Amino acid sequence: MAIFECRQLTKRYGSTTALDHIDLSLEPGRIVGLLGPNGSGKTTLIKLAARLLTPSSGQILIDGEVPGPETKAMISYLPDREFLPEYMNTRQLLNLYQDFYADFVPARAEEMLSSLDIRPNIPVRKLSKGTREKVRLILTMSRDAKVYMLDEPIAGVDPAARDYILKTIIGNYEPEALVLISTHLISDVESVLDEAVFLKEGHIVLHKSVDEIREEHGMSVDDYFRDVFRC
Amino acid sequence: MKWQFKPGLPIYQQLVSIMKNSIANGTYPAGAKLPPVREIAMEAGVNPNTMQRAFATLEQEGLLYSVRTSGRFVTEDQNMLNNLRKDLSGDYIRELVSQLTQLGMSREEILAAVSEWIQKEDK
Repeated sequence: MAIFECRQLTKRYGSTTALDHIDLSLEPGRIVGLLGPNGSGKTTLIKLAARLLTPSSGQILIDGEVPGPETKAMISYLPDREFLPEYMNTRQLLNLYQDFYADFVPARAEEMLSSLDIRPNIPVRKLSKGTREKVRLILTMSRDAKVYMLDEPIAGVDPAARDYILKTIIGNYEPEALVLISTHLISDVESVLDEAVFLKEGHIVLHKSVDEIREEHGMSVDDYFRDVFRC
Repeated sequence: MKWQFKPGLPIYQQLVSIMKNSIANGTYPAGAKLPPVREIAMEAGVNPNTMQRAFATLEQEGLLYSVRTSGRFVTEDQNMLNNLRKDLSGDYIRELVSQLTQLGMSREEILAAVSEWIQKEDK
């Protein structure tokens, strides 16, 4: 059964339609790339699943349920902007996550933080941008969630941090979970994806496995994307 | 081991050929136990399902075999490993010959040039 399902899902902001009657069904156990240029509706879709927004019409279902407290408990969500309290250090953050999420595994987070030499008493505001990004990802991936939603997890980090982030995702998601990664940096994530979903102006223009795209078109998903979205 | 992927080919196929090279060159010798799928996928920076598909292909071809509960191993069949080396070297030779033919060299010239190059290299 699909763990993430959209039926004729529509979201309007005033006269702008961000998502226009989309149908999408994603299975557990897969890593899916939500790919599209800026303004194509990626973050809107993720925010609808996280119930930070509600649909204008249509439905979004997580494990068969309308987004609410039950679905929030099974979704581990990494927003596309800073959300950690800057005055907190990583020890306090671990406690915060433990208080909020029953499925948080502190030992897993501690191990990853210490392998990066991030000391528990340093407040977030004193960490570099790349390190903050890693801390946010570590907290997100240290939950035993059914769905991980990562909104632009590699934007603005150096190549070494990007490799670390991708390996952390591969190494830590639950094998029966869905990982949804939104990004416009396709060549960086292509090899970790099972499937690609292309969003364009609020429509899904393609939903296929990465190797199918490579086989059928004889080019990388990144090159194919540039073809589809050529201006 | 190098994990770099060309744009035009499915990633699983490229994993299959990288693994074949690693088996042929002794990175994973006959009878060796392979790391778990997720570990090797992490090292390669690829999706674990894609790595699993590559392993399944290598199992079908007989180069790997699974033992329930204890893991996945490289075949101990020396014939098969010799054939693998022959197949892989055939690919390199085909590529070399086609490049040199495009340069306008005849078969005889290619043979002569290769053996001359080897003799020089040996000194």
